Amino acid sequence: MDNAAFSITQMRVSYARKEVIKGVSVSIMPNTVTALIGPSGCGKSTFIRSLNRINDLIPSFRISGDIIYRQKDIYDKETDVVELRRRIGMVFQKPNPFPKSIYENIAYGLRIHGLNIKDTIDETVESSLKKAALWDEVKDNLKQNALTLSGGQQQRLCIARTLATQPEVILFDEPCSALDPISTAKIEELIHHLKQSYTIIIVTHNMQQAARVSEYAGFFLLGELIEFGKTQELFTAPKDKRTEDYITGRFG
Amino acid sequence: MKLRQIKEFIIEKLIFLSGILSILFVVLIFTFLLKEGFLFFKEISIKTFITGKYWYPISDPEQFGILPLILGSLIVTLGAIIVSVPLSIACAFYISEVAQGRIKDILKAGIEMLAAIPSVVLGFIGMTTLVPFLKNVFNLPTGLTALSGSIMLGLMAMPTIITISEDAINAVPKSYKEGALALGATRWQAMYRVIIHAALPGIIAASMLGIGRVIGETMAVMMITGNAAVIPTTFLQPVRTLTATIAAEMGETVHGSMHYYSLFAIGIILFVITFIINVTADMFLHRNKK
Repeated sequence: MDNAAFSITQMRVSYARKEVIKGVSVSIMPNTVTALIGPSGCGKSTFIRSLNRINDLIPSFRISGDIIYRQKDIYDKETDVVELRRRIGMVFQKPNPFPKSIYENIAYGLRIHGLNIKDTIDETVESSLKKAALWDEVKDNLKQNALTLSGGQQQRLCIARTLATQPEVILFDEPCSALDPISTAKIEELIHHLKQSYTIIIVTHNMQQAARVSEYAGFFLLGELIEFGKTQELFTAPKDKRTEDYITGRFG
Repeated sequence: MKLRQIKEFIIEKLIFLSGILSILFVVLIFTFLLKEGFLFFKEISIKTFITGKYWYPISDPEQFGILPLILGSLIVTLGAIIVSVPLSIACAFYISEVAQGRIKDILKAGIEMLAAIPSVVLGFIGMTTLVPFLKNVFNLPTGLTALSGSIMLGLMAMPTIITISEDAINAVPKSYKEGALALGATRWQAMYRVIIHAALPGIIAASMLGIGRVIGETMAVMMITGNAAVIPTTFLQPVRTLTATIAAEMGETVHGSMHYYSLFAIGIILFVITFIINVTADMFLHRNKK
């Protein structure tokens, strides 16, 4: 598919010779929410962490296959990894705000990209916090240390921080696994709003969540992408027996 | 049953005794120091002792002013800080963030080796290599200067600062670094704005402990700083430190004389300085743990 955001063919990943992704091919459409589900250790986290090359930090990480984003190979030698990571933002499993003020957490992303005009930073901090539905809760305490926020607020701050650098894609790596149901609902609502402007890929353990937020869904098992398709079809009429077993709770 | 209880009791008390012993030693040393020094302060006020410009303990009349010695210690320490702190922090960052595999192991082993070199050996090496080198480079009458002391002591403080800074950097959660990189930060930006920021209390504590070691160091400074008790104005002149004074003069002084007691008084001053530094370092380390 030519208009796909990501076109991935035969992705194979191994850590110290142990293969964790065994030939995954998939296309991900722009401005949609794609959910990846599967049991622990199935490779779904490794898969999205390979899309912004954050796995490069792991010395034993090896990858092969064509991982194309917007007609360019992500793992090409010419790729500017720093620029790639700005365009493909990521929100992690555990909220990881920096030990700085709320304001500085967002300003950081702007400063590292060379933006130093105070008024522009102020505006972006406000608009990002608004987009992340956090502004009303923190607008009077922007100088407060981000670590004093609740887990759900911290995660929304991390989303705001990512939005501030104007990415095209946002990868969510189990963003709600450390959060309570109310915070989870807020984040899901947020994802729903964000898909108009961003391509979103979300890894989740929670099948209800995948069904609620996504338009496309993929089921990973033991390093293979067993099934990929429209979320509604995958959940109501899975083609593969293993997908059916997993979503009906027979294993996992 | 009875026997077992007795055994427990004895072991428990023995462990308690071992624990309490270290405190007891500190208290004993401190009281001894105070007792001997106190006799001196009965004759000469602390103020004239600290602000006096001349140290002529065996002239007639004798003069006990340790200002040149305090300034000597401070200038050597200041120089050592300038030499060691930036280098050590950079080294700690290299080891924990950049170096990998064999290079990392070799570096860590090398730094431990540096810590294991006896200070007299460092002093000796400084005396035969660094001192003549500085003499030639700066065209000085003697290479035995504050600068040579600073460089050698800087080397001596490096293992402490590197090791503790590295621990502080390693203790920074990996998620901070990932978060920064995921926003499109370069490695240097992640290090400079996020990791240093988070590790700062630990790095400051490491530097303070390194400095504590420098102030208390004796052997190497005595060998290479020239030991002239004059108020220093530049790094390129001989100085005498508090520690070197005690070490050099204790053997020659008459037991029970004013000179003898004055050395204990210097010891008290030194004790107070290092105590303050260690407590400050501790405060930073403690803050880091929270």
